[in-house]
Amino acid sequence: MAFCVPPAHPEASREVPAVGVKVENLVKNFGALHVLKNVSFEVKAGEIFVLMGPSGSGKSVLLRHIVALEQATSGRVTIDGHDAALEETREHVKIGLVFQAGALFNSLSVYDNLALYLREHRIGTEAQISEKVRHALTILSLESTGKEYPSDLSGGMKKRVAIARALVMEPQLLLYDEPTSELDPVMSATISEIIASLKDQYHVTSIAVSHDRDLALNIADRIGILMGGELITVGTPAELKESKDPRIVDFLHPKFDLHNPRFKKLET
Amino acid sequence: MKQLRSICDSVGATVQLLVRSIGYMGTLPLQPGRFIEQCYMVGYTTLPIVAILSFFIGSVLALEAGYSMSGFGAKEFIGSLVGLSMARELGPMMVAILLAGRVGSAIAAELASMKVYQEIDALETMNIPPARMLVMPRLAAVIVMMPVLTIIGNIVGWFGGALVSSHVKFIDIDSQTYFAALRRYMKFKDVANGLVKAEVFGFVVVLVCCSIGLKTRGGPREIGASVTRAVVTSLILILVLDYALTQLLLLISPS
Repeated sequence: MAFCVPPAHPEASREVPAVGVKVENLVKNFGALHVLKNVSFEVKAGEIFVLMGPSGSGKSVLLRHIVALEQATSGRVTIDGHDAALEETREHVKIGLVFQAGALFNSLSVYDNLALYLREHRIGTEAQISEKVRHALTILSLESTGKEYPSDLSGGMKKRVAIARALVMEPQLLLYDEPTSELDPVMSATISEIIASLKDQYHVTSIAVSHDRDLALNIADRIGILMGGELITVGTPAELKESKDPRIVDFLHPKFDLHNPRFKKLET
Repeated sequence: MKQLRSICDSVGATVQLLVRSIGYMGTLPLQPGRFIEQCYMVGYTTLPIVAILSFFIGSVLALEAGYSMSGFGAKEFIGSLVGLSMARELGPMMVAILLAGRVGSAIAAELASMKVYQEIDALETMNIPPARMLVMPRLAAVIVMMPVLTIIGNIVGWFGGALVSSHVKFIDIDSQTYFAALRRYMKFKDVANGLVKAEVFGFVVVLVCCSIGLKTRGGPREIGASVTRAVVTSLILILVLDYALTQLLLLISPS
């Protein structure tokens, strides 16, 4: 069943254009641990960029630098030419981040989770806020969950609420941290469809961090592969499928070898 | 050396949080719901235990004073002893200790849990400063509620002392004598000094618990560790500040 995102809210101000992101020579060390090693890439405005890589390769840390939740050891991230680390940038550019576990406010209902940003920034009257929240809930097929609390929701619903919460902000840049982790294949496909549909309907720039090969190959305009803190390649899904680099081949098409299993190699 | 650096980091982060929160005080009228909710948490939910504890502290003070003072015929001064002790010292300190245990631990647990489960990160990405939404209403609430709790605690403590003084056989002084001594030797500045202490203790407890909660890193286990750290730090600070404030207030307004 394909997921179809309804048209953008009539009042959604898409005069605000999508923004590009540039990561330049980004280095991040946690003490002696080198998590990001001179990472550079660029995401064009309106593009879906998926950053893939094994667990612990530094993908989420990189994402946190884009929203200034981490400070770089050296290098920098710019969003539409503005330094992402500066507080003013977050005032000028609307950035939504969908956290891996949702990061919903457990003490607030789903409705209040979505309304929080609009209320805190005094965007519209309560009636306008209600209309925007209900529209976002409709987009994610969550109309009946407004009064429920995050603890009452399934993993898939929490992810959708987190996306709806980001969507209410009318973001120019939408970041997803492992959007399909811990979800069944059908729900993963649904979330992938939502991400792709949001790009088409809202022309938002999207950066997703994921292990999910299906998500990356089906919806990404370009894919970056991060291994051991180094960005080893950036290319379109077609280019990566054709790649002969053994690291990429092994990551995208792992072969099961029951006679000589991987974990045995790790042990030795 | 590492521990010293960690203490300096914590003090720096707390001062930074204080400055930020004070900077957001102007937004208090825009969030009356949160302020009222925090007043309820700090004031109303703490009141019963403050009253119970103050009553028994006043009672025990009267009992001990009666036992000591009846030996040299100074029983009629019990009212002044209980009154001054409660107003100047025990009232504000007991309220602050209860605040640290009852409210401070809850604040540290809530904010640490929000930090661990990335709710604080989510607020920051939405450009909603945690200092404005989570810290400032709590600080404003404690400023308003601490004097109220302390005055109620003092009054209940005085009545506890009066009840014991009039009903325990070896003391046996009537309430009129007890309250006459209390009024004669206690001045407004004694109550005011106690209220100044209560304000400082309450403000520091809430600030420290917020700061420790927001600095939590790691998994769910760290939430418990943060609560313990917040309560222990608060209790130590209450006692250290109590000595410093007593010295300062005696210098400013000697008896």
